Amino acid sequence: MTRPKLRIATTSLAGCFGCHMSFLDIDEHLFELVELVEFDRSPLTDIKHCGPCDIGLIEGGVCNAENVHVLREFRNNCKTLIAVGACAINGGLPAQRNHLELGACLREVYEFRDGLSGGQVPNDPELPLLLDKVHPIHEVVRVDYFIPGCPPSGPTIWKFLSDLIAGRTPRLTHSLMHFD
Amino acid sequence: MPGIERCVSEIVTRHGADPSQLLQILIQVQDVIGYLPADCLSLIAEALDLPRARVEGVAGFYSFLHSRPVGRYRILFSDNITDRMLGAPALMQALCSKLWVEPGKLSEDGLVSITTTSCTGMCDQGPAALINGRPVTRLDHRRINEIAELVRQQVPVSAWPAAFFNVEDNIRRRDALLASTAAPGDALRAAIRVGREGWLTEMERSRLRGRGGAGFTTAVKWKACRDADGADKVIVCNADEGEPGTFKDRVLLASHADLVFEGMTLAAWATGAQKGFMYLRGEYRYLLEHLQAVLERRRAAGLLGAGIRGQAGFDFDIDIHLGAGAYVCGEETALLESLEGKRGTPRIRPPFPVTHGYLGRPTVVNNVETLAKTTLVALEGGEAFAATGTAQSTGTKLLSVSGDCAYPGIYEYPFGVSIERVLEDCGASDAQAVQAGGASGVLIAGYEFHRRVAFEDVPTAGAFMVFDSGRDAFEIARNFVDFFAHESCGFCTPCRVGTSLLKGYMDKLASGHGAKPDLADIEWVTRLLKNASHCGLGSSAPNPVIDTLVKFRPTFERRLESLHFEPAFDLDAALATARRITGRDDAAAHLDRKKETQR
Repeated sequence: MTRPKLRIATTSLAGCFGCHMSFLDIDEHLFELVELVEFDRSPLTDIKHCGPCDIGLIEGGVCNAENVHVLREFRNNCKTLIAVGACAINGGLPAQRNHLELGACLREVYEFRDGLSGGQVPNDPELPLLLDKVHPIHEVVRVDYFIPGCPPSGPTIWKFLSDLIAGRTPRLTHSLMHFD
Repeated sequence: MPGIERCVSEIVTRHGADPSQLLQILIQVQDVIGYLPADCLSLIAEALDLPRARVEGVAGFYSFLHSRPVGRYRILFSDNITDRMLGAPALMQALCSKLWVEPGKLSEDGLVSITTTSCTGMCDQGPAALINGRPVTRLDHRRINEIAELVRQQVPVSAWPAAFFNVEDNIRRRDALLASTAAPGDALRAAIRVGREGWLTEMERSRLRGRGGAGFTTAVKWKACRDADGADKVIVCNADEGEPGTFKDRVLLASHADLVFEGMTLAAWATGAQKGFMYLRGEYRYLLEHLQAVLERRRAAGLLGAGIRGQAGFDFDIDIHLGAGAYVCGEETALLESLEGKRGTPRIRPPFPVTHGYLGRPTVVNNVETLAKTTLVALEGGEAFAATGTAQSTGTKLLSVSGDCAYPGIYEYPFGVSIERVLEDCGASDAQAVQAGGASGVLIAGYEFHRRVAFEDVPTAGAFMVFDSGRDAFEIARNFVDFFAHESCGFCTPCRVGTSLLKGYMDKLASGHGAKPDLADIEWVTRLLKNASHCGLGSSAPNPVIDTLVKFRPTFERRLESLHFEPAFDLDAALATARRITGRDDAAAHLDRKKETQR
């Protein structure tokens, strides 16, 4: 008797998709993985909204209102939510704007940049508003696990997921957490 | 800056250009210049032949040393929970607004800076402050007005009314130690009569244990030091009484200094040490002159120096070193580092100070009260001393009683006294809790008031803070968490980060953003702090939170905004800037706190 497949959802918030690329770096383990899981919302499936899932993988921090909605949707649907990579855990590169005042930051980009004249900060309701600071995801929702790295290597992600799928508490050994 | 150069070279020369005097040199240079400018640190580094980074590291470690200018009037409000309960925060706010200065900042004219500091040991006569290093007690609005006026008219602190600086002993109950009528030298005579070996035997019989909190048997420590290799042994008196709510050592030093110095000399008699240090916390600097005078008197009386009481080969003298506002230096190995002129980072033990202490020499470090108690052992004999107290805790204990009671002050009881008895004596009729042993001690709830002060039940270094039924146990724990986050020396990650995380969670709960999972996270951080910290500061830092969560859990639970996760900040408010810039106010320009968060 085969066990029912686990459902996994993934997304990138204020990230660069580097962690997703690293996820693809598990290479031939992808074949093992698709035997064990099926994908819900993810750039791999192009499903737009997340349904009930077992595992949610979040890349990137929270920089705008849309990120908050997506993150909450994941939290509400995923039994286990995992912060993947430096931006999800600490805010990472996007959080470098945190020591600047948001207004000054936006005006610099949209009004004062060389070659721009008469520009203004976009105010289309379609565009999500920026939060005044970029936050790690655990400051906005409850997070169950963290996979560090920029990005975490393919073997790290595979070790973590295979532990989780097998029901073991994930343990990253020293070589998988050693970055220099 | 020829003036600074001359000042630095004079002070360095006075200390024999000895790098182990670095902290004392920095303190004295700052006394003259007002702060420690960068080029001054370079001059000191050069004169002592030390790396610049080492000097800067020490200058940056101690909170009473300043690398930037501070006010000519530097006012530090004691921030212990007992000061807060007596209204210190409002008084500080009032003084700040009268003098047009923000807390923690220097006034524009460089005249005054006002901020808070950890407990100054005046809990029985608070709210208290240190003004240019001198303690001012019993602050109230009237006194604050007077201080504001004196500062505005730039009256030098030395010309302020003496009543401001009045520090009372407030001794409420005397027992063996405080009622002692021994004259200076009596205890020494008795100990010399029985010989060095006989004196140690008396100490063993007394089963005296350290009064600083850990309760190590004093005779064992002395013997280990005596038997350690190396002839140049050292006796250190730990007068860095930084545990919030403790002030017994202040009273002993102010009114019974002879007993303390005599205890140090008795330790020298037992171990053969010739060098003694008293490490006096910066907050008690006002006692320095008095203590120096006592030392001078004892030298003149032949109780210190060469051939003490006519005994050839019994040579011993004592220097006083000042601390500069670092709680962690109360830990004995951090204290030794500080004595050597370094940052007060605790050492890894073993080796223990008894074999490798001050400059690697065999060293005994004893608490002020422990040393004073040894005079009783010398006078009465070990058996008689051990006749009071309990089986494992012999003799008496000084309690520093403060908080919600009618008669705060010093109470000396034989070990084994019940909490109830102390509460009754100090006039605390409405107590709901007692913090015994200070911030790192234990919180005793009402149902435990039958428990007894002794190493086998409620151990305490002496603090006894009483909280009546109007007090909020959460706020008490939060005050202590702030204290530890401020006093963590920063050396090890579990403590440096853990104490800040704990503070973050407490602030989150206090600001109304608490959620049920935070309690689990707090418990996780407390376990981490307890098990992974480098020294006792980190491992005892979570004590107040652990106790409060067990005994007063509802004070945490009633602060929970949600049973699910709750961010520590207001998400909708975080969009306000972007709303203003874009001029938007549509539905998508807002984030509902409750929406979408069910899990």
